[in-house]
Amino acid sequence: MINHLIVCPLLLPLLMGTIIVLNANQPVARQRILGLSSCLAVLVMTGILLFQSAQGPIQTYVLGDWPTPFGIVMVLDRLSAMMLCITALLALLCLAYAARGTDREGKNFHALFQFQLLGINGAFLTGDIFNLFVFFEIMLLSSYGLVLHGGGGLRTRAGMHYVMLNLVGSSIFLVGVGILYALLGTLNMADLAVRMAAAPAENAALLQAAGLILFAVFALKAALLPLCFWLPDAYGFTSAPVAALFAVMTKVGVYVILRVYCLIFSEFAGVGAGLLSAWLLPAALITLAAGAAGVAGSRDLRRITAYLVIVSVGTLLAVIGTFQRETIAAAIVYLPHTTFMTAAMFLVADLIRRQRPDAGSELIPDRPVGQPTLLGLLFLTAAVAIGGLPPLSGFFAKVMMLMTVQGNNAAPWIWALVLGGGLLALVALGRAGIIIFWKLLPKDDPGTGRGTSHDPVPVYALADVFPAAVLLCISPLLVIFGEGITEFALAAADHVINPVHYIEAVLGPDRSIPLLYPFGGE
Amino acid sequence: MEWLVSACFGVMIACGVYLVLRARTFPVILGLTLMGYAVNLFLFLTGRLHTNLPDIISPNQTRYADPLPQALVLTAIVIGFAMIAFLVVLSLRALGELDTDHIDGQQETPPV
Repeated sequence: MINHLIVCPLLLPLLMGTIIVLNANQPVARQRILGLSSCLAVLVMTGILLFQSAQGPIQTYVLGDWPTPFGIVMVLDRLSAMMLCITALLALLCLAYAARGTDREGKNFHALFQFQLLGINGAFLTGDIFNLFVFFEIMLLSSYGLVLHGGGGLRTRAGMHYVMLNLVGSSIFLVGVGILYALLGTLNMADLAVRMAAAPAENAALLQAAGLILFAVFALKAALLPLCFWLPDAYGFTSAPVAALFAVMTKVGVYVILRVYCLIFSEFAGVGAGLLSAWLLPAALITLAAGAAGVAGSRDLRRITAYLVIVSVGTLLAVIGTFQRETIAAAIVYLPHTTFMTAAMFLVADLIRRQRPDAGSELIPDRPVGQPTLLGLLFLTAAVAIGGLPPLSGFFAKVMMLMTVQGNNAAPWIWALVLGGGLLALVALGRAGIIIFWKLLPKDDPGTGRGTSHDPVPVYALADVFPAAVLLCISPLLVIFGEGITEFALAAADHVINPVHYIEAVLGPDRSIPLLYPFGGE
Repeated sequence: MEWLVSACFGVMIACGVYLVLRARTFPVILGLTLMGYAVNLFLFLTGRLHTNLPDIISPNQTRYADPLPQALVLTAIVIGFAMIAFLVVLSLRALGELDTDHIDGQQETPPV
């Protein structure tokens, strides 16, 4: 029995995005209803898929019923189901926030948003490495549009770097995929894993080179140092709901690194075995340190949040870089927390920015914000969650990560940098809070040249703040249901770290499909 | 034949990288286009160099041309073309908004 629900998180955004394009000249209210209902439906579907995958084995969906490994296959395991669900929830809340006005700043926001969802969901579901490239491109092309949405010199400048770096990245991705296909004769990831294990030693250098070339591309997507310098500008200058949605885009890079290097280059992979174990952990730790330095050095709340995304990627990949079942489970527990909290911080920073007409999100004294209690509470909650203080989820996820990496040789480094990074984030956010909420100019300050604009600031209704508030409410929920989530993460990590499950689910237990070697009968 | 094709690939990538590092939008777009061509050629070569081979799998044939790289190249060409078209539009917009064709959006030296 084929589960057609697996492919629906791809088809629905594609269909809705197309319908919204056809409605491009209709009132924006109609586009909002279409977009929001699509996001809600995807959330329900992915919720059901998450529930199914938590109960049962890895499910596959074979497009067009072409036998694997010749056709394109979608694979739903626990990790991809969780990523789909995170994306769907985040997308719904970001779109709800955008529907309060951001989507009016330019045309086609809603259509681009749906295609963005299509690309992200596809990258999580696909079991074919060339198909992964295609979904990456769909994701990137819509993200180019979303980054530039609303216009302005700063966004154009940041967008130029973002677009050009990713174009170079796409070329390099194709080179890596090309080498793998030339030597192994397949593109299906499970089949690649099988053939990698049997690859002759004379191809070792080329296969390892292909693996590291692909790593460079995924590191660019995940924003690992030294490929992270596009991120602070692109995320810091774009509109808030887009930046919040992009909190999950770097996690696409993390997910793909986890998937590819635990499957194709796993410990059973013969000449490609353990390819990343020497690279990932140091790169991630340096990224973490650089991100923390950026957080401490920024003078703008949005840029601080953008650097926090780099810190979270560094933390995740440092823990994943030890490649143990327990550490990967800890990273899977940390992943939803860090995604939702950095996204919430982007939204809170935008709420604060709009009530400070002179300083915006810059950290310089300004007149008080319009609703200090409301914004102060939101900011405090987000800062506590991101800084990793009890009682919110950041604390428990970080404790779990630190406990599980203890056996590793690099544990002192991981402990020092994760804790030091957390401390720097707390200091930076504390300073930001003090400047924004306490270090105030008098209501009518004539002398400084600042504090003279008298544009009325918006007063927020419930509809403006609820996306950020709901995102922040997820944090205590992650603590309350912590035991179930930990069990789920351990089971998910089991499927990730042990490629046999994945290969059997895709290629079948008997592997009875005759393996053709298409090039010249060699 | 092999060395000629590999040399073509290498020269195109080298020119592409050189142009991308020029840090002006027009050379960068040319460079990215060249790199795109080179990568498409490379993908095409993953099916190996053959002449006069049939592209249909049949029991009588032991050697045949690999059709998959051709499909991959087609996909890559279409996507690359769309990306370059987008980049051209973005560069024109940047030129209008920022008054410079430098990638960083600002001139290193003030214009004379």
